[in-house]
Amino acid sequence: MSTNERMITYAEALNEALKEEMEKNEDIILLGEDIGPYGGVFNVTKGLFERYGAERVIDTPISEAGFAGAGIGAAMTGLKPIVEFMWIDFTFVAMDQILNQGAKMAYMSGGQTTVPIVFRTQGGGGRGNAAQHSQSLETIFAHVPGMKVVLPSSPYDAKGLLKTAIRENCPVMFIENKLLYNTKGHVPEEEYTIAFGQANVLVEGEDITMVSISRSVHLSLEAAEALKAEGIHAEVIDLRTLVPLDIETIKDSVKKTNRLIIVHEAAKSFGWGAELAAQISEEVFDYLDAPVYRIGAKDTPIPYNMKLEKEVLPKVEDIVDDIKKSLYMKEGSK
Amino acid sequence: MEINFFEATEDLYKVDKSEATSIWHGLNQIRFFEEASIKAYKKGLIGGSVHPYIGQEAVAVGICRNLNNTDYMTTTYRGRGHALAKGADPFKLFAEMFGRKSGYCKGKGGPMHIASKELGMLGANGIVAGGIPIAVGGALTAKRKGEGKVAVTFFGDGATNQGVFHESLNLAAVLQLPIIFVCENNLYSEMTPISDSLLNKDLAERGIAYHIHSVVVDGNDPLAVDAVAKEAIERARSGNGPTFIEAKTYRLLGHMFGDSETYRTKEEVQEWWAKEPLKIFKEQCLQYEWLSERELEEVAEEAKEEINASYEQAVLDEEPSLEEVYTDVY
Ligand SMILES: Cc1ncc(C[n+]2csc(CCOP(=O)(O)OP(=O)(O)O)c2C)c(N)n1
Repeated sequence: MSTNERMITYAEALNEALKEEMEKNEDIILLGEDIGPYGGVFNVTKGLFERYGAERVIDTPISEAGFAGAGIGAAMTGLKPIVEFMWIDFTFVAMDQILNQGAKMAYMSGGQTTVPIVFRTQGGGGRGNAAQHSQSLETIFAHVPGMKVVLPSSPYDAKGLLKTAIRENCPVMFIENKLLYNTKGHVPEEEYTIAFGQANVLVEGEDITMVSISRSVHLSLEAAEALKAEGIHAEVIDLRTLVPLDIETIKDSVKKTNRLIIVHEAAKSFGWGAELAAQISEEVFDYLDAPVYRIGAKDTPIPYNMKLEKEVLPKVEDIVDDIKKSLYMKEGSK
Repeated sequence: MEINFFEATEDLYKVDKSEATSIWHGLNQIRFFEEASIKAYKKGLIGGSVHPYIGQEAVAVGICRNLNNTDYMTTTYRGRGHALAKGADPFKLFAEMFGRKSGYCKGKGGPMHIASKELGMLGANGIVAGGIPIAVGGALTAKRKGEGKVAVTFFGDGATNQGVFHESLNLAAVLQLPIIFVCENNLYSEMTPISDSLLNKDLAERGIAYHIHSVVVDGNDPLAVDAVAKEAIERARSGNGPTFIEAKTYRLLGHMFGDSETYRTKEEVQEWWAKEPLKIFKEQCLQYEWLSERELEEVAEEAKEEINASYEQAVLDEEPSLEEVYTDVY
């Protein structure tokens, strides 16, 4: 087998992206909690402190608003900061800096300044971490214009998308998933990047289009597999980036399958699924043979008890169910 | 304004047998609870992470023994010790950590988010420094309603770098609120030594900066903590405003269970085991003859049995029903 078949974890893939980009670009600095000698609590920055030193891999005090803002200022003045929020829930501590400052600077200054910064963080539930450590907040960042929003679902995508994020000239919210860090996948040794705004059609099918992102992609794949046994062929699409949104790929797919189902781990109400459903109904309404279905987490904070947590997060059975509704194979279908 | 460095005098050690018994019981209760929590975590009874309080028991006991049930308190993800010291039922605490129905938060909060209205616990918090302004709010209510209540908030050294910490201290100072800020300086914030995150040698300087009466105390000596707490609570209750207490202590185990502890040396940890609060207090009990070796043993045994019984009972408790997913959202 060639080196192309190399299998590494999602965390290792991210680590490689950081290492390779830092090697090439001296302006890149990392800021975050416990990312230095300890290597980050999820091991993503492992070995980078030893390699690039305390000047470039900066262990920050616990002060999210402060170090996010400092990152923004550094980005405006010539550095390329990559700021880590240990858990996405902690971005809320720094929202003014991220959304009022970072996301708007380029625009408000009439293009005089840009903010080339990457905010790396991880989200999602499933580990019994309860309501302040389990959120899926991607929609919030996608809603406020001025930053790109990326959520990789595999080690391959994690590496390629992070490299692109680092080379962008605007703020990028790069959201990893805590349950994916140890998943392995094939990552070539050769240099590659993945462009933003290009959804990935993972499985082709003609009966229904399924769109998801991050860990929900894995649920969608499982659901598609389960349906195959019943002769239903779902097309599974990983959006990869919410901003920019690759609506064209979704439209093309819907034109072929005439049905759309959206799966995300963020709470269902006001989630990005609603946005996608609206765009699809505005643009390709005539192609739809059934309402667009959305599956998201229940509209509650994430409960600690793991049985309740499971109940709140989207499940493969829910997806299969809604697909059957969409195909009028089930009661409750319209 | 200057920092007040609390120095123990012989007067401090004039306690009677019942006081000594209650402190010793409190220290042991927390220690055994935390040990049992680790056991439960290893067995898979607890989700997420467990952040043990072992080594810091004297702070919780010294402060909380001076509070009433109705006084307000906020704490951190390391807060079971504070809860116990404020009178929490170990069964309901275990039940919460096991995600059970009878837990303080019906299994929805878990180890990081213990709250109890009847105990004035406005919540432990998963967000570093998140509870500090909330306690200021409790103090605001207490002052406005003239109820004679005080608020206390526990937080770590690392939390003093957060914006809300500074905003809260300033607000409490300006409004002269009845609140006690208790900074448990255990030398680390997660895997980072506090000396890498701030230049102040004494964090009490941060209280002084806002013109708050600020004290440094040995956080491993329960009687020393007790003495500064008494004074601070008296100050608050009599309308003389906030106090900042920096309790110097040490977290004897990792930040959370399973932490590799590569960021500190075994020697350093050993040094602190030699002056850990239970050891210190036991020596005091013997030296000043408050309790005999046998009595100490008996009280500890009693605390242990109580914890074990609560643990066993909590293991048997039911899980919440799935309908609970939708209760208490709004
Ligand atoms: C806003 C926020 N940032 C980061 C974290 C992750 N985190 C949890 S505990 C901790 C260290 C806190 O240290 P300190 O305040 O000294 O308290 P200690 O754990 O030592 O009691 C960190 C960084 C968090 N929970 N919340």
